[in-house]
Order: sequence, then structure tokens, then C-alpha cells
Amino acid sequence: LARGVLSWAAMDVDPPTHASGERPETPFLLPASNEPGGQRSFSEGRAVSNQATTVPAALDEETLLAGLKAREPAAFEAFVRAQSGRMLAVARRFLGNEADAQDAVQDAFLNAFRAIDGFQGDSRLSTWLHRIVVNAALMKVRTRSRRGEEPIDPFLPVFREGGVPEHPTSEWKHAGVDALARAESRQVVRQAIDRLPTSYRNVLVLRDIEGFDTAETSRLLDLTPSAVKIRLHRARQALRALLEPHFREAKS
Amino acid sequence: MTTCQELVEGLLEYLSDELWPPKRAEFDLHLARCGSCATYVATYRSTIEMARAAYDPTHYAPEVPESLVQSILAKAPKTVAKRERGVG
Repeated sequence: LARGVLSWAAMDVDPPTHASGERPETPFLLPASNEPGGQRSFSEGRAVSNQATTVPAALDEETLLAGLKAREPAAFEAFVRAQSGRMLAVARRFLGNEADAQDAVQDAFLNAFRAIDGFQGDSRLSTWLHRIVVNAALMKVRTRSRRGEEPIDPFLPVFREGGVPEHPTSEWKHAGVDALARAESRQVVRQAIDRLPTSYRNVLVLRDIEGFDTAETSRLLDLTPSAVKIRLHRARQALRALLEPHFREAKS
Repeated sequence: MTTCQELVEGLLEYLSDELWPPKRAEFDLHLARCGSCATYVATYRSTIEMARAAYDPTHYAPEVPESLVQSILAKAPKTVAKRERGVG
């Protein structure tokens, strides 16, 4: 059994992080396998996985699944330890409040434990779990107070008579993915997403970050596909406006 | 003639290639002539890219408090068959 436990523990485990969620950028704090170049090699460098992972990853998942279905405590523990970090990351995208995000992760695991017998293995376990945590987070969003939500209109562009913009758009300096090489810039973007009104943020996170399509998003949020598109467009426009002060070309 | 307002409002369809071809051609023409709209499109695209990249798992992976792990495990279903376990 110990052998099996080791390989579960090695399944897709992320390197350790700072409490903020940002991985430390000082290389010597990282496991040897996590090169500063940003290569995703999660498990090779970890002491625990070195001897036990001669089994292919697919078999690991099969073994893990069998363990979960047999209600093996060690399987549950390996599963929770391997997946909870990424699940918390997902929950935080929907929920600005850390306690709510952790509650959503807990709810998601309990739902997953209950549903595990019905899991057929037709998708990856992590994909299945992703959907479960998204649902748990959305449920939490719905039960949470909506006070303090900002209206979206102030962040949408204003046009004069004849469809001319009130303010011409300024170019951005150092925008795009390259700008996000700095942890500070990533933090700016995450905080801006947090400021979006909930109903817009949900759509933006599902479509642009979690990778759901319009049809799936409309089912998850109980909206028509055209309502999803309208909200997505407004959410992107509002996020654009919130990011503008940080990335706009500096005027000399 | 497409106005700036029409272009900005139709941008999602334009970028996901859902406009009917004559409309699309009008948008292309407008963008070739209007620097402000071209910049708007560029920054709108950047916004989408940055939203995605801000949560790139290479950089962003929250540490899970041990208390949360324990609280979840305490509620895990109990073993079906009662056998002795050497793992704890």
C-alpha cells in the first residue's frame, strides 16, 4: 500500500508557494526541478516521488480512483493534497473573500467524495473536479451578500452624438503577457478582476480564464447565450478600463 | 458607415469571427482608418490575454492551509470494508 500512496502523492503536485498565492521568484527557494524559465515540471524534483513513480501517470490516476472508490483514507488524503491548491486557485477567481473560497473548496471535495462512484473515468479526474469546484464556487457566490458591488456602467466607454468616443483611446505600454512577467503586474490584474461586479466577473472568469465556451457558461449561470456574450463583452470592457491607468503609455 | 460606437459595441462578435462578411469588411475598413479604435481593439485583446496570464499556474498556486486539508479529510466517507490500515 505504501508504494501506491507515494505515487498518489506524486500526482500533479505543485511546488510550494507563498501565502499570497504567488510562487516565490527567488530560485533557491524553489525545488530543483522548477527552473526560473517557468517550465512546468511539477514532480520530478520532489524527494517523495523519486523512487515510487516508475508507474505511468495514467495508471496512477486509475490506482487513485480505485482507492477513492474503495474509501481508502490514504487515497482521500493524497487526492486532497494533490488537488486542493489548484482548486483554491479556481475558487479565489470567483470569490474575493478567502474564507468563502476555502468553504467552496471544502464543499467541492465533499461533493466529489459523494459523486465518486458515478465517475466513469471518461475525463481526467482533475477535469471532473474542476467542474465540481466551479459549481461550488458559483453556489457560494449566489448565497453571498451582494453589498458593495460596483455598477459596471462607469467602466464602459462613453460616446457622443454620431458614435464618436468621448475620449480617444491611449496606447498601452508594456501590455500583454510580457507585462505580466512581474508579480506586481499579475497582482494588479487579479485585483482588477476582483473589482468587477459579480455577475460580470463570473462570466469573464468562466469564459476567458476557466476556458468554458458560451454554451457551457450559459448552462452554469442559467443565462441565455446572448446574455453571456453581452456580459462577457461588458466585463472585458470594464476590465480594460480598470487596467488602463496601470498600462497606459506614460505621457511625457 | 461604421461608427466608433458600433465598432466598439460589435467587437466581441468581430473578434470571434461571428459578423457576417459585409459587416466584417466595414469593421476592417474602419479600423484601418481609425487609430483610436485600432488601439481600443489592441488593448481589449491585451486585457483578455492578461486576465488569463494573471492566473497562470506556473506563477499562481495558493498554499492550502493544513487546517483546510484536515477539515476536508474529517468529512471524507468512511472505509467500506473494515480492514487494518498501516497508513495514517
